[in-house]
Amino acid sequence: MMVELIQQPWPWYVAGPLIALVMALLLLFGRRFGVSSNFETLCAIGGAGKVSDYFKIDWKKNIWSLVFVAGAIIGGFIGGNLLMPNQEVDIADDTVVVLESYGFVEPGKEFLPSEVFSAEEITWKGWLMLILGGFLVGFGSRYAGGCTSGHAISGLSNLQLPSLIAVIGFFIGGLTVTWLIFPILF
Amino acid sequence: MKYLNVLILGVVFGIILTKAQIISWFRIFEMFRFDSFHMYGVIGSAVVLGAIFVFLSKKLGWKSTAGQSLLVNTYAAGWKKYLLGGTLFGLGWAMTGACPGPLFMLVGKGHLMILVAIAAALLGTFVYGVVSKKLPR
Repeated sequence: MMVELIQQPWPWYVAGPLIALVMALLLLFGRRFGVSSNFETLCAIGGAGKVSDYFKIDWKKNIWSLVFVAGAIIGGFIGGNLLMPNQEVDIADDTVVVLESYGFVEPGKEFLPSEVFSAEEITWKGWLMLILGGFLVGFGSRYAGGCTSGHAISGLSNLQLPSLIAVIGFFIGGLTVTWLIFPILF
Repeated sequence: MKYLNVLILGVVFGIILTKAQIISWFRIFEMFRFDSFHMYGVIGSAVVLGAIFVFLSKKLGWKSTAGQSLLVNTYAAGWKKYLLGGTLFGLGWAMTGACPGPLFMLVGKGHLMILVAIAAALLGTFVYGVVSKKLPR
């Protein structure tokens, strides 16, 4: 019974409260909740401080955060392989219809669309989404001062107006890609 | 091991986001199409409970295990950098279908092509650092 519950995909009312719990425990351990600052730390470790003063930071005090990310990688491995016998993502029927009209085969059968993200099938569109998308995630999160964890969860929990503005920005960008760019691209 | 507590929290965070399929590109696409409540329920319930925790911690003066005030994220006033940076981030989020945490979790799950997106995110961070003084904020 318990094993079955763990192996099912977890609903939002399990995941949301658990995320709040992770944030609360991080704060109680004297840490902060935010993932994107690790990109800055990694740039600093890689020597970016030689090019720009922006990266002249005492990165040693951010090592704890890299450890958190290392844990997240391990968590992805455990959650995605050991606790997930069924890889299907139960997306809404309307979403499936749209993706099929874009030429996606069996959308939601796996976590990522193989048309875009598998090494064997990747097209120029996939490279564009990985490279441009990744670049914008890095650039935008530093420009805004945080990502989903820092602004949308932690900042909004602290009723920060800048975080609400940033989250509005997240949606302006995300809706633009989903409703304007994808219909042209696919 | 000084950071064991953080490591365990990272593992738990990774398991939660993977098991709730938040790291799936399809879930992010579905969210931006407003076809499902799933992502809104996850973020919404996390924020409501997080806000209750932050409120109580301030009201009751909770301290960290080291006896310090809690480091809840605060941001300087302003809007340009939040709106412009947020919009650029959102464009990237919808393309990769993953924000920074899920990018790392997907690699752990075995989707190695995501390493390309992580390398690109590092490049984006680097370019931001170089040009940051010239941007509106």
